[in-house]
Amino acid sequence: MADTNVPARSGPERPRVGDLLRPFRDYRLLAWTWVRSAAQYPLSMILMSLAVAVSVLTQAGAVIILFGHAGSLSGFTVYEGLMVFALAASAFGIADLFIGSVERLGRHIRTGSLDAMLIRPVSPLIQLAADEFSPRRLGKVVPALVLLGVSLAGADIEWTVAKALLLPTMLLSGVLICGAIWVITACLQFFVADAREAANTLTYGGQALSEYPLAIYGAEIVRSVTYVVPLAFISWQPALFVLDRSDPLGMPEGLRYAGPFVAVLLCVCAALAWRFGLRHYRSTGS
Amino acid sequence: MTSNENTNRAPERGPIIEAVGLGRDYVRSEGPFLRRTRRRIAAVEDVTFTVRPGEIVGYLGPNGAGKSSTMKMLTGILTPTSGTVRVAGMEPSRHRTRLAREIGVVFGQRTTLWWDLPLRESLTLTRHLYRVPSDLHAERLAELTELLELGPFLDTPVRQLSLGQRMRGDLTAALLHAPSLLVLDEPTIGLDVVSKSTIREFLLRINAERGTTILITTHDLGDVERLCDRVMVIDHGRLAFDGGLSELRATVPTPRVLVVDLAAPVPEIEVEGARTVRVEGPRQWLELADNPARVIERVARDHEVVDLTLREPDIETVVSALYRGAAPERGALAS
Repeated sequence: MADTNVPARSGPERPRVGDLLRPFRDYRLLAWTWVRSAAQYPLSMILMSLAVAVSVLTQAGAVIILFGHAGSLSGFTVYEGLMVFALAASAFGIADLFIGSVERLGRHIRTGSLDAMLIRPVSPLIQLAADEFSPRRLGKVVPALVLLGVSLAGADIEWTVAKALLLPTMLLSGVLICGAIWVITACLQFFVADAREAANTLTYGGQALSEYPLAIYGAEIVRSVTYVVPLAFISWQPALFVLDRSDPLGMPEGLRYAGPFVAVLLCVCAALAWRFGLRHYRSTGS
Repeated sequence: MTSNENTNRAPERGPIIEAVGLGRDYVRSEGPFLRRTRRRIAAVEDVTFTVRPGEIVGYLGPNGAGKSSTMKMLTGILTPTSGTVRVAGMEPSRHRTRLAREIGVVFGQRTTLWWDLPLRESLTLTRHLYRVPSDLHAERLAELTELLELGPFLDTPVRQLSLGQRMRGDLTAALLHAPSLLVLDEPTIGLDVVSKSTIREFLLRINAERGTTILITTHDLGDVERLCDRVMVIDHGRLAFDGGLSELRATVPTPRVLVVDLAAPVPEIEVEGARTVRVEGPRQWLELADNPARVIERVARDHEVVDLTLREPDIETVVSALYRGAAPERGALAS
């Protein structure tokens, strides 16, 4: 073990291409370790997955009943309404799968396990996001994706190549937007230990809101979820795009293509918020 | 140990830890909303010390004295508000991730192992996170397995390990990347005598054979006496003492206490060379100023003694005495 000091110490490290992928490799490794950890209790894992799946399907049932009774809401049929729901549920579900556990930041600060993350040579955000990664969260994603498939098949859509290519991009943008919101709201816990509940109004509240066509909420709300907290780009704008619908609230048509840009912008904000929060933590050590 | 063990050890270089005027303030907000006042409280104040490669240094002090704030600054978890610190040639708060690969940290009260997985898997994960080549990892793991006798429980889930076994696992995890500095926060807390001694022997061995520098905080006098060439005492955020253990003892003479169990309760024993500081039924606590053998003899002459214990002053007492700058309070040892 005499090689103690072979790496490092030779001046600043030059970044290599491999290092850019490093966070993803570390994430995969940590997540896989948590999965095996969760697999020690297979029955619990299966039951939890089923419970989550049932809750997603129940919410979908509510959407179907609502639209079924009303016939259509704001010009959206049952399938179209279901599509909005499924887009939102998929985006939130996938984001939750990969990064949802950042919301437990406050607990890690309280118990000191954030300190334990800080002494490892891996970004604490990666460690936090992978924390207690469990396949049970697939219970949210799988039914949502199935519903998305069903609604896309059932709704009256004129498919074009552009739509087939842009829809997955929009879904991905939705995932990034949700993930970024998750991180930004989690960062509040660097400043207020019990901000989790408040943060949940945005994360879970945002999900609930974007599960319905935004036209039912009125212009003020739609404007704020477009320009302030950009939830509109998760399900509403992609739905308008796929259905070739003009915006019932008369917002610019171009907005439906803005999703990816909004997502990148929001991810940059999230990264800055995380850095700022972590710096605050390291300078207060609360 | 491997054959190339001592051949390419880094040549004698500067200190591995160098703190100059290190300080850390906290801002506390007090009072009702809108009339809140902000007060600065110094957790660590003007702490200056250096640790050379190969030293074992005990960092002592009562709870809340600034020990953990210092530890956090050394590992880069906390950014200092004043002064400078360099660890392994790096500024911890700026190069935290890079420093993490150079140092090993163990928090005695918290495990970094995966609770539900066999110990071996946590160690394998560590190898990946610290980017240790697999042949080196295998070599080191074999060596640590032998030294810490991990063999019987390497494949046992961590949740089923005893505290002592888990601590050995945590030490292994902290050492697999062969750090030049090992930072230990209460590594023997809650352990039985045998586990404590296994860990102490191990630490001495890696220090002697690999030259691993060890900085250790502990409340256990045994740890300090067995391990540390040097102790630093911090209280109220300031470094109060930095030197050898015997020097510390000499600085603050603290009497030993003789605990006497008598056959029946009697009034305070009055005996030459000792002072009774506490009476509880048939048990009495005598603070010694004389040779214990003589005092025991005198006590036994007048009373029927059932049992005797001689208590050494623990490091806490020495440390708090150091702070009052005088002999310990009457009865301080009797608790």
